[in-house]
Amino acid sequence: MSNQPRHITAPFDRETARSLRAGESVRITGTLLAARDAAHKAMCECLDRGEPLPVDLEGQVVYYVGPTPAKPGMAIGACGPTTAGRMDAYAPRLMAQGLLGMIGKGYRAPAVVEAMREHGVPYLVALGGAGALLCKCVTSYTVLAWPELGPEALARLEVKDFPAIVAIDCEGRNYYETAQAAFREED
Amino acid sequence: MREIHVSDISAAVADLVRQACCRLPGDVVEAMRRAEETEKSALGREILGQFVLNASIAAEESIPVCQDTGLMVVFADLGQDAHITGGSLQEAVDAGVAKGTLEGYLRRSSVAEPLFNRKNTGDNTPAIVHLRLVPGDGLRLRVAPKGAGSENKSVVRMLVPADGLAGVKKVVMDAVRAAGPNSCPPMVVGVGVGGNLEVCAMLAKRACARDLGTRNPHPDYAALELELLDKINRTGIGPQGLGGSTTAFDVHIEWAPTHIAMLPVAVNINCNATRHAEAVL
Repeated sequence: MSNQPRHITAPFDRETARSLRAGESVRITGTLLAARDAAHKAMCECLDRGEPLPVDLEGQVVYYVGPTPAKPGMAIGACGPTTAGRMDAYAPRLMAQGLLGMIGKGYRAPAVVEAMREHGVPYLVALGGAGALLCKCVTSYTVLAWPELGPEALARLEVKDFPAIVAIDCEGRNYYETAQAAFREED
Repeated sequence: MREIHVSDISAAVADLVRQACCRLPGDVVEAMRRAEETEKSALGREILGQFVLNASIAAEESIPVCQDTGLMVVFADLGQDAHITGGSLQEAVDAGVAKGTLEGYLRRSSVAEPLFNRKNTGDNTPAIVHLRLVPGDGLRLRVAPKGAGSENKSVVRMLVPADGLAGVKKVVMDAVRAAGPNSCPPMVVGVGVGGNLEVCAMLAKRACARDLGTRNPHPDYAALELELLDKINRTGIGPQGLGGSTTAFDVHIEWAPTHIAMLPVAVNINCNATRHAEAVL
């Protein structure tokens, strides 16, 4: 989404996660976890019961997405980001399990930003409403757990040059705030 | 009395559902193109260009514009001289929604019960049908799928007359600021003023479904639409909330008579993927 995006791979290592700066454009290649409301609830219920999660979260990057079904011959359907704020209630617990990145859209709660600083986790945003465009960056979609949740199942995505922007970095710098302030013209 | 068979209704709805999800209306794509010219932020212009590209990929390849293919809202204007035969209107619409969902590879986004179980219905039924009896003997169907990112930012405030014009403006601006990037701007802002609780909400919903660039016929409301659009575009929120001068494509206001002690205001926001498709039977 910018002239010279930085190319990074997922899962993240701690150094990469910490080096991402608010406002930076990136292209992500590698593996993302797809999870949204119901899969987050299910993961936290696993932790409540003291059971292992269906996937080790160490270094993983979660993409808040519930795709449309793939048409024949395609890896996935439309797959833009969903609103990250709905996952705020769960995100700090997953960061404590080793999660190193989150991709979605929209604002995050202060408690989430605090956990991001503590665990060195950046929050990135993708283009909300560009689901047909983004599906071109996904090469495979594999359900890992809870298939009965349909579009909300926990899944693994292989992506190539997936475009995103760092909205809040692991030091709490918030690109939404600075970018909006630059164009504010209110009395 | 003219007869309209439910099978014709189902077939029309199935087509409209797919069309609405995969093909952005011309006025919306045109608004994106125009904003790409006028947007002050370079990143914002780039984002708008990506949206135009997204719309063309979606239309050419029949992929939904957005993965949130939404709750299926159907505005049905039924002529009072028409008679629906062969079954119920709701069942006919639902059959069309289920068929369009399956054949159009749309996401299943409806749960049968909201609080305790939240089990997915698997076919996007039941549709939300807003039925109006109108003169004539036809049936006008407008399908407007609505995603949660923008719908969740809706607001109804029961203002009182003393709150006046300033109060109405504040409700709208507060709703837009709270929505920010969550509702995938540039947005379309629908405002309802007057009526009571449910009428006001319906006014806002119908305002959102109006074609872009149309103004309320009442000059005071038309002027207020333009004033609010200007104020919203000076918040700096911009495309996707990443800064810029295009936060909304348009503001539409609809109004209705109300009580001497009331001034209800509702705000319904559409995302950049403002979708609808229409057919007349």
